[in-house]
Amino acid sequence: MNDIFSNIDWSPLWISLKTGIMATIIAFFLGILAARLVMRLDKKLKWILDGIFTLPLVLPPTVAGFFLLLLFSLRRPFGKYLYTQFDIKVVQTWTGCVIAAAVIAFPLMYRNARAAFEQVDISMIQSGRTLGLSEGKIFWKIVMPIASPGIASGTILAFARAIGEYGATSMLAGNILGKTRTIAVAIASETSAGNYDTAGIWVAIIVVMSFFIILSINMISGKGMKNIRQW
Amino acid sequence: MILLMANVEKLCIISLLKEYGGLNMKNVKRRVSSLLLVSLLIICSTMGIVGCSSSKSSTTTDAASVEASQAAKLEKATVYVFVAASLKNSMTTIQDMYSKVQPNVTIVLNPDSSGTLKTQIDEGATCDIFFSAAMKQMNDLNTEGLIESSSIAKVLENQVVLIKPKGSTTPVTSFETITKAKNIALAGEDVPVGAYAREIFKSLGISDKVMAMEINQGANVTAVLAAITEGSNEVGVVYATDAASVASKIDIIASAPSGSLTTPVIYPVGLVKNKDASPAQTAAAKDFIAYLQTDEVTSIFTGYGFSKAK
Repeated sequence: MNDIFSNIDWSPLWISLKTGIMATIIAFFLGILAARLVMRLDKKLKWILDGIFTLPLVLPPTVAGFFLLLLFSLRRPFGKYLYTQFDIKVVQTWTGCVIAAAVIAFPLMYRNARAAFEQVDISMIQSGRTLGLSEGKIFWKIVMPIASPGIASGTILAFARAIGEYGATSMLAGNILGKTRTIAVAIASETSAGNYDTAGIWVAIIVVMSFFIILSINMISGKGMKNIRQW
Repeated sequence: MILLMANVEKLCIISLLKEYGGLNMKNVKRRVSSLLLVSLLIICSTMGIVGCSSSKSSTTTDAASVEASQAAKLEKATVYVFVAASLKNSMTTIQDMYSKVQPNVTIVLNPDSSGTLKTQIDEGATCDIFFSAAMKQMNDLNTEGLIESSSIAKVLENQVVLIKPKGSTTPVTSFETITKAKNIALAGEDVPVGAYAREIFKSLGISDKVMAMEINQGANVTAVLAAITEGSNEVGVVYATDAASVASKIDIIASAPSGSLTTPVIYPVGLVKNKDASPAQTAAAKDFIAYLQTDEVTSIFTGYGFSKAK
């Protein structure tokens, strides 16, 4: 057991954490923006855009991976353009990991943000307007504090999803040790190579991480659970 | 199906979180949609269970037909054949041919890396025939007592080649100069083509330098091939047969230097000991193994770029 521990390459842990943090930051801002956008639209457009934004959540992640490959592959127009003009390569790079994880985590942030915003009492916002506050101040000083439990749980869920992402990541970013091998990809690689011990260590690590993430979600959303009675 | 269910469960968690997150009562709509989600979940689970059991029952009815097999046409049976990923295209053609020779026998192909297939057989997967891309996996399974030793036959031989995306420029001109590439697509060491590639590098004395490169590790040779055809990697190591199958998208840089591979690339076939197989199934499996070694089928393999093993 000890020699497995000494031989193990810990890079998947750092790559998963880095990917998770970057993807969550992207999903955080995009999710809030998308929630605000969709809330203001009229019915038909609202349903269509809501559907599109929620799709990566419901579809198998390999579908997202497929579309991302079509977009960023060096043989396809957009990917070729990015590479020849800006020297940006998305496939088989850490950038690809982040983009794949962000796409998959985005719907979680979007839906939680939207739910949180829709629960804000509109009279609060309107009293802010009658008092002459700017829209920006209203958003940051009134709406965000009220919506913060929902936003926080959305952020944490997005982080959990981002570090656990496998399907789209392996399709877009490949399996490069030290660059794009996340914990999930490492587990798959090691299991198929027959190294059940190493795979088991990674499984234990990610289970513990995910458990603590769920604990923190429960603690945060628990603020709204004070009035719930047990039965 | 399982992925879809997991995502629907996540939707449930989120809608539940929404309910707990806000306590106002305009949640009637949300409760209805939560109920809809739960019922969708139940429908999906039942579909999953029904689907699984119906496929199980169809194989048991196949296995149930036990009669003395005639000389010409075999009894109804389903034969599970695990083949190396590089054999996928040729075996699909041969599967079609065999269904005309023996219309009652259904061949089910499972193509993947030989290392992955060996693990599946180790873990008790339903398998009658193992057609591997290397002797290593076959010998390992034989030592473990999972193969009918007398049935092992060396069928095909293949070549290992270095390829690049068609029309791309790379300073690499041979296996020896592979270290000049910025990145390479290589299969894992449990994949036969990955093991052969590493053996070539070892005999050329460049093992350490190659392993220090940026390696995109493919789960099987098909993944490595896809990485090159999509232009995601600069060069890659695959079989000559794979290169031939996508000749319009790749260029072959070089073949393995002569003498660099001490073990020739041999594809053996063997009968897997399947305790759950019916006599009709085992008879069909043995017949298929014999069929694979006929001249007619060998010419199909050579058409794909394989050569007959000596």
